[in-house]
Amino acid sequence: MWTKPSFADEISNEMYATGTRGLNCCIQCATCSGACPAVEFMDHTPRRLIGMINAGLRDEVLASNTFWVCASCYACSGVCPKGIKPSELMYVLKRYSIWKNKYRDDLVGPEFSRRFVRTIMRTGKSYEPGYAPAFIFEGGVQGMLREMQFGMKLLAKGRMPLVPSRVKRVDNFRRMLSRIVPLEGIE
Amino acid sequence: MKRYAYFPGCSAETVSAAYHLSTVETGAKLGVQFEEIEDWNCCGATPYTNVDELLASTLCARNLAIAERTGLDVVAPCNACFKNLYHANRHLRSDADLAEHINFALEADDLHYAGTGNVHHLIHVFVRDVGLPAIKQKVTHPLKDLKVAAYYGCQLVRPDREDGFDPAGPRYFEDLVAALGAKPVAFAQRLRCCGASLMIGHRRAALGMVRELLRGAVQAGADVIATACPLCQLNLECYQKDVNREYGTTYEIPVLYFTQLMGLAMGISAKKLGLGTELVKPTKVLECAARKPAAAGAAAQPVKAGQP
Repeated sequence: MWTKPSFADEISNEMYATGTRGLNCCIQCATCSGACPAVEFMDHTPRRLIGMINAGLRDEVLASNTFWVCASCYACSGVCPKGIKPSELMYVLKRYSIWKNKYRDDLVGPEFSRRFVRTIMRTGKSYEPGYAPAFIFEGGVQGMLREMQFGMKLLAKGRMPLVPSRVKRVDNFRRMLSRIVPLEGIE
Repeated sequence: MKRYAYFPGCSAETVSAAYHLSTVETGAKLGVQFEEIEDWNCCGATPYTNVDELLASTLCARNLAIAERTGLDVVAPCNACFKNLYHANRHLRSDADLAEHINFALEADDLHYAGTGNVHHLIHVFVRDVGLPAIKQKVTHPLKDLKVAAYYGCQLVRPDREDGFDPAGPRYFEDLVAALGAKPVAFAQRLRCCGASLMIGHRRAALGMVRELLRGAVQAGADVIATACPLCQLNLECYQKDVNREYGTTYEIPVLYFTQLMGLAMGISAKKLGLGTELVKPTKVLECAARKPAAAGAAAQPVKAGQP
């Protein structure tokens, strides 16, 4: 008999391609949390988040900042005694929350990621000043001004570009990406 | 002459131009030629994987496919670029369906990925392919008395690699520093993350992570932190003021690329190595490098002594 996939199933399915073992073999030992350099800034530790997913607490998981505070340093993945890669789980949750458009609105991460992807899709290369508007959400106008000041300092040292760089065959580049995802709304 | 297909990465054109310059200069001195991958694109960094994994692999595959045409192995100076390219390469090699899907996309740019090349990090090329004895031989201005915190960062050693380097207790960075005549300090946080793009995504967390690294380096008595990644360099150097503001600390420690230290020890001029663009002046480093090259004489002596 068919039953609707649970939240834990959805996340497990997303994780399938990343080569990690399933969350259902987690023994809640918290080695991941102990290895994490960013854990003190997370609402829930990685161990707890895995427990919450297994318990089906979808809304609470999506309302937490934990996976957007992950810097992808892979410290946890190297130490898990059960072969789970929590860093891949964090990527999965980031993608899931962007896909569902459901995340805490005080987070800069989702907007920054979207801006970054849009920039690369247009030009093929990264352009730092283009991400500055993402800050306005966190630091307000004051934060934005401080960021601009910072940019000017780097500019004075010749370390900040005024004009975005781009790949030469940008038409081919975009056609390539459009074979992977539709580019409507990007160009 | 060793040759590599060189992937500079977006930051090499802007915020880490000094890394790029010093890489090319020190490479030339050691007989390594870095040939820039023609019309390369961004590796996708981390935000790409945050949004779509398939797109992230496609970006890397394009660079790998262009590099394959030259028949050379790829080398990336940035930890994140290296990690992305290395893992995309491994993933594509082991998954024929994925490679077929992405090759369909690559056709749009007349490219084909076959998986014939390998991907290396710049520091691995220097310590493994060139080797410390060859580097030592070229040192004319040993950085005597300079205490260096060799900072690996996270994505240089993780996640699981098959490159022969010990991921839990690597020594090669410290050995490289010692080969330059400098003194590597015991830097406990050397494998900890610098916060990477959290500096944009979650400023408070990133500043906390940078503070921990600065604290460790200063406590270990380092005069300078040596990095092998543009993002580590940017976070550790350029955000020191913000850390000080947030935590009431007074850190002011220079952060240089390991290639700049190599270049200085080999007698390359500071300007050619992109020095002078720092926000924290590396005064002590420049002093050490400017000293009379005593070692050049010392190196010549045994030859004389050997003569009858």
